[in-house]
Amino acid sequence: MKAKIFASIAVVITGAILLYAVIDFPDFGDPGSPPNAGVPGGAPAASRYYIQNTYRDSKVPNLVTAVLADYRGYDTMFETVVILTAGISIFAILRVVRRDDDPSAPEPVASDRTIDGDHHRIIVGITCRIAAPLIQIFALYVVAHGHYSPGGGFQGGVMLGASFILLALSGSLRETLARFSERDYTRLAFVGILIYAGLGLLPMWVGRNFLDYGALSGLFMTKGEEMARSHSMLGVEIGVAITVMSIMFAMFANLSTRGRLQGGL
Amino acid sequence: MSEHLPALVLLAPLFGTLVIGLFGLRDHRVCLPVTLSCLAVSLFSAIGLILRVSSGGPVDYFMGGWEEPLGIGIQLRADAINSPLLVVIAIVALLAAVFTIRPAGERDSEKTPYFYILFLLLSVGLFGITITADAFNVFVLIEVTALSSYGLVAIGSSKRCKVAAFHYLIMGTVGASFYLLGVGYLYLKLGSLNMQDIHTILASNENLADSRAIRTAFVFILVGIWTKMAFFPLHGWLPNAYSYSPSGSAAILAPLVTKVSVYVMVRMMVSVFGLDQLEANVEWGHFVVWLAVIAIVAGSMMALAQREIKKMLCCLIIAEVGYMVGGAWLGDPQRWGMTGTLYHILADALMTSCLFLAAGVFAKWLGAVKLEDLSGLFRKMPLAATGFVIGGLAIIGVPPTCGFYSKFYLIRGGIESGQWIYVAALIGSSLVNAVLFFRLFEIAYFGKNPVASHAHGHGHGDDGHDHHETPVVRREPPLHALLPVLVAAALLILLGIFNGPVVEFIRTGLIETATVVSTGR
Amino acid sequence: MQAFFQEAVIPHFNFWIYVVIMMIGLWSVIAKNNLVKKLIGLSIFQTAILLLYVSLGVKEDATIPVVESGVLAAYKETSATTDKKAAPAIHPDRYANPTPHVLMLTAIVVGVATLGVALALTQMIYKDFGTLEEDEVLQKIKALHEDV
Repeated sequence: MKAKIFASIAVVITGAILLYAVIDFPDFGDPGSPPNAGVPGGAPAASRYYIQNTYRDSKVPNLVTAVLADYRGYDTMFETVVILTAGISIFAILRVVRRDDDPSAPEPVASDRTIDGDHHRIIVGITCRIAAPLIQIFALYVVAHGHYSPGGGFQGGVMLGASFILLALSGSLRETLARFSERDYTRLAFVGILIYAGLGLLPMWVGRNFLDYGALSGLFMTKGEEMARSHSMLGVEIGVAITVMSIMFAMFANLSTRGRLQGGL
Repeated sequence: MSEHLPALVLLAPLFGTLVIGLFGLRDHRVCLPVTLSCLAVSLFSAIGLILRVSSGGPVDYFMGGWEEPLGIGIQLRADAINSPLLVVIAIVALLAAVFTIRPAGERDSEKTPYFYILFLLLSVGLFGITITADAFNVFVLIEVTALSSYGLVAIGSSKRCKVAAFHYLIMGTVGASFYLLGVGYLYLKLGSLNMQDIHTILASNENLADSRAIRTAFVFILVGIWTKMAFFPLHGWLPNAYSYSPSGSAAILAPLVTKVSVYVMVRMMVSVFGLDQLEANVEWGHFVVWLAVIAIVAGSMMALAQREIKKMLCCLIIAEVGYMVGGAWLGDPQRWGMTGTLYHILADALMTSCLFLAAGVFAKWLGAVKLEDLSGLFRKMPLAATGFVIGGLAIIGVPPTCGFYSKFYLIRGGIESGQWIYVAALIGSSLVNAVLFFRLFEIAYFGKNPVASHAHGHGHGDDGHDHHETPVVRREPPLHALLPVLVAAALLILLGIFNGPVVEFIRTGLIETATVVSTGR
Repeated sequence: MQAFFQEAVIPHFNFWIYVVIMMIGLWSVIAKNNLVKKLIGLSIFQTAILLLYVSLGVKEDATIPVVESGVLAAYKETSATTDKKAAPAIHPDRYANPTPHVLMLTAIVVGVATLGVALALTQMIYKDFGTLEEDEVLQKIKALHEDV
């Protein structure tokens, strides 16, 4: 009861402050509001620059992808690092490694089927087995087509991760882990970041700033810096997708078995 | 290479995590050398940055080369305010890393590589928060820091650290979300995320700075950061999270995370909202100084009530956060309060590091958890005890340790701005600290009953059972555990002796930043 | 009253809704006793911020921030003839603001990551204490404390 009174007071105060400011907001959908156009009398907002110049700078029609992977690519790199950090934190908290000489380690669990009953297993299992590769192909399309349509590394990576989770849910975790083992997904999570940060590090070799993909026109054998940026963004998105895929599946595998990677659910 | 120093500071530990992740999971011996060498690279880059800042003013670095127009890319900026903090972060992280060296014969844990990965990611986050000049980027890096802290707190085997980490997570996420909300309010009024850009717009539009949305933005940013730094009414998560986490984690978390949050607050005040703007609203300053006084008093009182060493140190952190928040809001025209805060951030990071390292040593090699367990400490571990005493003297504020000088500057700021209540709280809290630590020193010097401490040391010490009959035996901890304590103690004295140049460097940079920015570059 | 609605509520409808949703989340974070319910509240709280940001990027009559092929063709023609730095032909009001979308992609990822770590912690708490009610957990911790 005390918590509820306290919560009500906190909520009322916070809400009142927030609503006090709402009246001062720009109108919903106003193209002339500061985020969309800049402060009146000042320089135009960065978003206006993005809309007008992205195609000139990098030949990428999808503005969100371009801002994400190029202009604010440094943020996105740490966004991927956040995912990695969460994955490693989950390993650190949950993962139980069974040692042969350790009596306190958990016993292996006899059954690790997640769905009981043969009929269900046949229908659901086979359907999901057929669906999984299709999901993966679509995910690759989402990653690769992020330049031209909504999509990109995070979305595609989540789909790739989901395809493995679907296999684990419909079949068994053990079979899925046999295909995508703990060693693989841990390594791959770091490989993804390595692709991202390594691609960012290359321009420093020729004296340009970190993540300045324009310097990579020699590497990608493109004519101008624009296409080099475009290709690097694809590379970066692939790195993001690899990390996200691995960590999503790792989170599922650890959370569903409390870190034992056996039995499950 | 020197133009890449701002990026190098945080890229070195980032690539270190990748090396550990790719090679260290199989061979655990890789972890420690990689950690140490990456942090050493960061330390040298940070020192290089200080040299460049002192010779040529602030150093800018534009990620991806997106320099013009300002605000489309992400900017890093090293100046006199943050470059000393970078060095201190690197030093404290190095000391904590040396402290985590496993004593020979102790069993290697499966989680060792995870610990070092989280440790390096935490330092990446701290470096990044300190050096960035983009308001949204601060949020992302706060989350990197926060998620790795949750892991580092919960990596221990005790039951309580999981609950502590959970509460830390709830509070930390709410705090970070409030910060994000504040940045959103700034963005919707100003259309920019770059700190310099925000400040230029605010300084050139009088009515904008007084608008409701900007005030609300400031309140939410402030409350969010206060949650992160455990400012008094929002401190609930701190004592449990830091005292139940493993010693190696506490040695980096406790000194750095709260201090970097204080730095973010100062940065927001100086280069985003502008000191002139804030000082125009005097009531705000008075209000926050009052809050800080309450925090100081509450922290000191809680520290008096504690029976455990680490819990007591955690309560002292809460009081120290009160010093710094109050000092930043004094608003004296000569900026002594703000300078004192910035100097105290450095001093307090080193003090807390020294004390937590020493507490970690006592916990591991003496099994000392409660205050009474320290009895006879000076006969058992004279060197480690000396380091602990120097740390304690610094917290009390005895010259020539840096604690004395930082309090001196804070009090000077308080006197010049006429905030006598703050001065009184500072001096009162120093007295409480003196009582606390001299009580500890008395136990450590004259305390009898060393057998009791052996009973607690059961299971921790290597050969504790053999010494039941011979109560007092000198048993210094191994060198790798002793060295960080002594180095931290030596740095406390060095920073105190050389306080003049350090303070001069910070103060001129601070005044320059405050005036340059407020005239709109 | 009607004037207030006309001026303050209707043009800022999304912003009122976001405050309400956010407060529902905050209330359950503080008031709920069950740790998983607290986490649900935390997620609602974080998601409300997404609504705030995304609402900022909306422009009336604008489309999604992907440059259409017709515009691209026209753009190519003008940029082929003129200098690279010349004024581009894309009208900024034609597309929604991409920046909030980018920022919120980051915030979504952060939310997922935090939730994952929090669920791992609740699992460990359940394993150690056998309950997810906060008061019971705290009671058991107290008992633990007295044993030592």
